[in-house]
Amino acid sequence: MGKAWEIVVGLETHTQLSTRSKIFSGASTAFGAAPNTQASAVDLALPGVLPVLNHAAVEKAIRFGLAVGATLNPRSIFARKNYFYPDLPKGYQISQYEIPIVQGGAVTIQVGEHTKTVRLTRAHLEEDAGKSLHEDFHGMTGIDLNRAGTPLLEIVSEPDLRSAEEAVAYAKTLHGLVRWIDICDGNMQEGSFRCDANVSVRPQGSAQLGTRCEIKNLNSFRFLERAIEYEARRQIDVLEDGGRIVQQTRLYDPDRDETRPMRSKEDAQDYRYFPDPDLLPLVLDSAWIAHIQASLPELPQARRERYVRDLGLPSYDAAVLTADRETSSYFEDLVRALPGHAKLCSNWVMGELSARLNREERAIAQSPVTSAQLAVLLRRIADGTLSGNLAKEVFDAMWAGQGDPDQIIAARGLKQISDSGELEKLVEAVIAANPAQVEEYRAGKEKAFNFLVGQAMKASKGKANPAQVSQILRAKVSG
Amino acid sequence: MALSLDDVTRIAALARLSISPQEAEHALGQLNGIFTLIEQMRSVDTTGIAPMSHALGGTQRLREDAVTEADARAANMLNAPAQQDGLFLVPRVIE
Amino acid sequence: MHLESLAGLGRALAARQVSAVELARLYLARVERHRDLNAFLDVRPEVTLAQAQQADQRIARGEAGPLTGVPVAHKDIFVTRDFSSTAASRMLQGYMSPFDATVVERLAAAGMVSLGKLNCDEFAMGSSNENSYFGNVLNPWDKTAVPGGSSGGSAAAVAARLTPAATGTDTGGSIREPAAFSGVTGIKPTYGRASRWGMIAFASSLDQAGILTGSAQDAALVFNAMLGFDPKDSTSLECAPEDFTRRLAVSLDGLRIGVPKEFFGTGLMADVEQPIRAALRELQQLGARLVDVSLPNARLGIPVYYVIASAECSSNLSRFDGVRYGHRAEQYDDLIDMMSRSRAEGFGAEVRRRILVGTYVLSHGYYDAYYLKAQQVRALIAKDFQQAFSACDVIAGPVAPSVAFDLGEKAADPVQMYLSDLYTIPGSLAGLPSMSIPCGFGAKGRPVGLQLVADHLQEARLLGVAHRFQLATDWHQRVPPGFQ
Repeated sequence: MGKAWEIVVGLETHTQLSTRSKIFSGASTAFGAAPNTQASAVDLALPGVLPVLNHAAVEKAIRFGLAVGATLNPRSIFARKNYFYPDLPKGYQISQYEIPIVQGGAVTIQVGEHTKTVRLTRAHLEEDAGKSLHEDFHGMTGIDLNRAGTPLLEIVSEPDLRSAEEAVAYAKTLHGLVRWIDICDGNMQEGSFRCDANVSVRPQGSAQLGTRCEIKNLNSFRFLERAIEYEARRQIDVLEDGGRIVQQTRLYDPDRDETRPMRSKEDAQDYRYFPDPDLLPLVLDSAWIAHIQASLPELPQARRERYVRDLGLPSYDAAVLTADRETSSYFEDLVRALPGHAKLCSNWVMGELSARLNREERAIAQSPVTSAQLAVLLRRIADGTLSGNLAKEVFDAMWAGQGDPDQIIAARGLKQISDSGELEKLVEAVIAANPAQVEEYRAGKEKAFNFLVGQAMKASKGKANPAQVSQILRAKVSG
Repeated sequence: MALSLDDVTRIAALARLSISPQEAEHALGQLNGIFTLIEQMRSVDTTGIAPMSHALGGTQRLREDAVTEADARAANMLNAPAQQDGLFLVPRVIE
Repeated sequence: MHLESLAGLGRALAARQVSAVELARLYLARVERHRDLNAFLDVRPEVTLAQAQQADQRIARGEAGPLTGVPVAHKDIFVTRDFSSTAASRMLQGYMSPFDATVVERLAAAGMVSLGKLNCDEFAMGSSNENSYFGNVLNPWDKTAVPGGSSGGSAAAVAARLTPAATGTDTGGSIREPAAFSGVTGIKPTYGRASRWGMIAFASSLDQAGILTGSAQDAALVFNAMLGFDPKDSTSLECAPEDFTRRLAVSLDGLRIGVPKEFFGTGLMADVEQPIRAALRELQQLGARLVDVSLPNARLGIPVYYVIASAECSSNLSRFDGVRYGHRAEQYDDLIDMMSRSRAEGFGAEVRRRILVGTYVLSHGYYDAYYLKAQQVRALIAKDFQQAFSACDVIAGPVAPSVAFDLGEKAADPVQMYLSDLYTIPGSLAGLPSMSIPCGFGAKGRPVGLQLVADHLQEARLLGVAHRFQLATDWHQRVPPGFQ
């Protein structure tokens, strides 16, 4: 391998907006209904139907534009993108072309240690297509149009990403953001959030962009990463062999871990865009925009910065805690109850709580331990009533519904022993029982000291205050 | 702006209209006649004129986000050329 | 009774001089007797009579309005639940819509009784009703002549007194031209006044529903029930409800009638010009003043129209792909072949031609030169009208350059056919309300129509002028021989 290559990636993300009804019809957008039971006359493009625009779809697009600091075009136009496909009932998709509702904007991502700003080109409103089902129909394909007409916001990034890792970080940040501002449920298995990656390569230092290939419909972060890596390597191999990259649309095959050209999109498509005559220009009222701006919650980036600045949290913690609003809310409840103990709260949310939630595949909203309850537990740790180790046992009991922290501590007699008299007796007993280790410690072996502390903890069934035990032990043995 | 036979076949494919070579020839003559008619409008000066897509202007009205359509599958699929298990059937689509 | 005006029928029904069922039977018998006109595509007497019975019940309960029990027929561009909706195309042969067009619903709500669906040019594309998959419609005045198009069935049915009123659609002249050719009154409202929900789309920015009937007064009554805001149509105008009969009694004293010089050029046949000039003189007798106006860009109307209408229709007709409804070919190799053959088999020659033109003018590299350019010239044409209306209240002139031509006369060359729309297209491009009223006869005894155009939202004024003319003349009351 001779020269160094640079990978250039731009992502187009299709986010399904979480409206109740479709963008141009009054059919439901709920996932999982029986085929074609949520496809109205408008969605089926029956003769004589017409589109009328959903207020909430526009509102959510505006929220996004404001959240990424973009320009909201005061006047935007819906255009028809014409092509034939069985899951596209009208033979055209209503989208936006020359003048989209959102223009520009940017998103900050965290890649390992450093942050990076990824610029957005635009975001526009359009309608989703239906679905094709290929199995079980004797050589035919079944078409379900329930999804046809679901509102989409297509978010286009500039080709600012320079690796698969950056692309995933960007996708995850965008995913977190659209859920945060409540415009998309982000359910990737249900197809609410789908990425197309535009990948090209060029010699390191070159200012020209290479020919790109588009990889469509990547609906998991893992596939996104693998697909970009494969495609970049494929393109580099072609170029190093002296070949040319053919611009084409490709699909990622997860079973073979490779990308291949999409058959139906082999020819360059002429979409014949023109303004949709059934719709009038969308004009945004500045009072409405101001109202929406005022209703936006504190955004993840701002909150991340606040946690670092005001709570003294490391930026890694701040990023994890602001991955979604529910987790962040939970955390803030704890911090409000325990001012000055942000790190303790953070450790528990990121540690025990997350572990239990992940193991049981629960969202934080379904946690059996509420933030109020966990706050009490953490207070007992902070005030010395409960040692850190035993706190885990209490937490487990709370999770199993065995009562509130104080009840459990009392019932199991788990109160930490902090009485110096009692601890002195305990330590003296340990010293008496372990003369060999005492000698080893006096001879300089720190490990022996830890053993003795461990013995004291064991003798007290974990209830002894470990810091005090250490202090007393050191005094007695050294003295 | 005269069309060629290639133009006709290309456009017919884009528009999903099967066309035999004889039909394409015949269509070519008629289309060229239509385009001669259309050429007349290209000579007029339209510098600075905004294109008019709607004669009465106006702006798009927004509708409330409510589910107003119940399941009407049977009635809506009444005219389907081929269907099974609530799905429209078409010749196999290969990705 | 079939020679009675719509208003008269309404009164007779309300006074119980005739029942809706009797009236329906009478008209159905006439439709049957004159089947050779081929004006109707779907007639279902049991459906009609059931509607008539309901109307009679409403009348009996004292709930009658001016249109309760009055028959109407609908151009087969409006979808209906109770009759098939074909757009006169093989593509939609036998298609049953699960919903009614708003226009159909409103007239039914007013108590009108549907006699069935009317023949037209396929997908409303044509000027002679010779493009219907289900055969030509004959002109009742002369069965060797075309009735006009695309609302040929509507015009012929009204002219032959097979129905007191018929809905039509007008995109470039498709109500006005057949009304002129068939000697009836036809009116297209301002773009956006009539809902397009349920109208099988041809050219979305131009299509409008309207009415063909015996007189302006009758048209006004139907407009009262038919027009108005529809939330299901984004291009529907949100106007306050109005009474379209309110200006019928207004005198024409001081009315300024603009006469566009471009509409009286060399294209206009002498046998048409003569009755038009006579009509203008009649209007002067009634108190109006003629004013010369100019529509300098109107001559570009036809090319502009054929770019815009073709572009929009090429896209609107893409939904006809054999997947969810409509014609599907029996033999095909694969999906693309299925779609391509279904469409080639389902659409007639004129429709295929316009799809090809439309696809071309929108295609990569041609959009600016054709589509965008056409929209700019459209703006110029609209501006010409606004300029003219600063000097006059109503514009008057011919509807078409000739009387109805012979069947088959213009079928060979599409461009020749397009030139019939010379005077009607400019008003369509500007979205103006416009009508045709009978004003005499030309060559071969075929009817001539006078076109009246008003500024946006001025339908009442238009109807008022027409009504005054119809009070002073009787052209609109003439009945074609054999149809008394």
